[in-house]
Amino acid sequence: MKATRIDTCFEKLRARGEKGFIAYITAGDPDLDATLERVKLLEAMGVDFIELGVPFSEPLADGEANQRAAERALAAGTTFEGILNLVRKIREQSEIPLVFFSYLNPLFVRGFDKSMQMAAEAGIDGVLLVDLSLEESGPYTQAIEANGLNHVVLITPTTPDARMEGLLKSASGFVYCVSRAGVTGEQSELQKEASSVLERAGRYTDLPLALGFGVSTPEQARSYSKISDAVVVGSYIVNTFHQSGNTPEGREAAADKISNLVQAVK
Amino acid sequence: MTEQPENFTQQPDAGGHFGPYGGSFVPEILSHPLNELTEAYNAAKQDQGFQDELNALLKDFVGRPTPLYFAKRMTEVLGGAKIYMKREDLCHTGAHKINNSLGQVLLARRMGKTRIIAETGAGQHGVATATVAAMFGLECVVYMGEVDMARQALNVYRMRRLGTKVVGVTSGQKTLKDAISEAMRDWVSNIQDTHYIIGSALGAHPYPMMVRDFQSVIGREARWQILEKEGRLPDHLVACVGGGSNAIGLFYPFLDDASVQMTGVEAGGLGHGLGEHAARFNGGQLGILQGTKTYVLQDDEGQISLTHSVSAGLDYAAVGPEHAWLKDLGRAHYTDVGDQEAVDALGNLSKWEGILPALESSHAVAYAIRLAKQMSRDEIIIINCSGRGDKDVQELAAWEERQQEKTDA
Repeated sequence: MKATRIDTCFEKLRARGEKGFIAYITAGDPDLDATLERVKLLEAMGVDFIELGVPFSEPLADGEANQRAAERALAAGTTFEGILNLVRKIREQSEIPLVFFSYLNPLFVRGFDKSMQMAAEAGIDGVLLVDLSLEESGPYTQAIEANGLNHVVLITPTTPDARMEGLLKSASGFVYCVSRAGVTGEQSELQKEASSVLERAGRYTDLPLALGFGVSTPEQARSYSKISDAVVVGSYIVNTFHQSGNTPEGREAAADKISNLVQAVK
Repeated sequence: MTEQPENFTQQPDAGGHFGPYGGSFVPEILSHPLNELTEAYNAAKQDQGFQDELNALLKDFVGRPTPLYFAKRMTEVLGGAKIYMKREDLCHTGAHKINNSLGQVLLARRMGKTRIIAETGAGQHGVATATVAAMFGLECVVYMGEVDMARQALNVYRMRRLGTKVVGVTSGQKTLKDAISEAMRDWVSNIQDTHYIIGSALGAHPYPMMVRDFQSVIGREARWQILEKEGRLPDHLVACVGGGSNAIGLFYPFLDDASVQMTGVEAGGLGHGLGEHAARFNGGQLGILQGTKTYVLQDDEGQISLTHSVSAGLDYAAVGPEHAWLKDLGRAHYTDVGDQEAVDALGNLSKWEGILPALESSHAVAYAIRLAKQMSRDEIIIINCSGRGDKDVQELAAWEERQQEKTDA
């Protein structure tokens, strides 16, 4: 398979001996224009990868922050075509790797393969499917790869070794290692489980290992970056942008706070 | 039509698929616990000790077997088929839900889980789960949409008296679907000590299979009871379908009896526009919701639609995957009945037979009223009277008030 922007970006980081920063935001929160501005700010502060959440009305694996973000995005009338337009606009000025973070149904509805084709054409590089289990993954992985996209998989501290091996066989781009069991959300304590899940994943793959879950301070971001190839920050970014308001000044203020976490990783 | 299987009862496959439906679409964090649950359930199923304990409690605690009652006056009034009612409303706690809650709580104990969670729509599953948790002294939390808490206030009170914590869900439409999502979030966060008792034949494998198996006691009893009373099998089975647990519980033991027809009745609500009903087979399309692939009411963007039914228990956007498969195969038929017709059926059954059925079950009664008239006197219908209507009297009074206001205006 041809190298994606994700592969290229990790190669560059590795060559420079740097760790990556992966920022999650929900597409369309609070509307698609604001999302475009947020992406620009994130890239400008040194974020290496963007995970774009595709809003779904039943986000059962998400915590409060991302649930509300999805509600705002849907209330603003966000559609899949609208999100693809956002991706095209980002691609007019940026080569930042973009990963769709989505539940299956909003992609399944028009035919999963068609959704993947449309995403790839717009400029998406990889897909992480929240509710796709290893058992059901066959046809979906195939459609992702057939369209030249990376299949980013998520593993957790409770994923048994045999399962991890299976999941990592179907993975490309990078692996999202969840540092603790639970739904997404800020957690105050860094868990020991984090290093164990990385160590176990490393036995089955040479892919870059990203670590995330509950990162909300520069200290946490720094300590995660020391043991992984990249740090994922989601709820904190979603919350910080939301609380700072949907104005240019608000976004700038949020960006100042978020950049502290990015700097801690660099 | 899909190719007919040799045997309807040998489903699902090892991965929980009923033809193209079902399976397991869950976040990774739940995959391993679900596999463990499947293994534990398969072992319990083979374990005579487990089955004996379950059967003893079904008899002495739940009050089984429930009667198969010949509805003589209803039959005479309608002048068609002989109507029998499977009286699940006479189960302890007032609905069939406890058959499943009891089975699952025994399984949870076997797995060493100390905390029970559940979702509930009408509150019957919540009450049943609160009851079995109390009996075994287990901590219990029930998630319930705030809209449902208001319209099923009696059941909220019952759960609290049983020592269960009822958590109101304020997201989305604040009904059953949102309660399921919230229960799943709890489960994801407390997987070590918690078992999630899903109340219908929904969700990821093994739930649709396991819930069906625990509810199949309904159909097994009905089968020997009708053979005892009539010396032959019934011609038609009728049950309401929300997720579809009471329906699959009645249908499953008859699936290989080719002469027995079966109809599942969905909530037609106020009309056939998207958002006005919960008739997934009349407006839904293939989708993936809350762990399973099935017919789902959704828009062109794959966002889940709002649903409406006068009965909280049928007010859900997806249908159990085995029903989707039985529909495709043509083995069972599905139709829908609107709010008004269901409320009328509730009134009629109360007057004809002295049985006040739940609003959910009233959808089945309403369809059976239509059906019986078209059948001959030597034919037999069995209706699953899945629950009693005491919980609905407040909602019914409010409904009558609204109808009165409309008439006055």
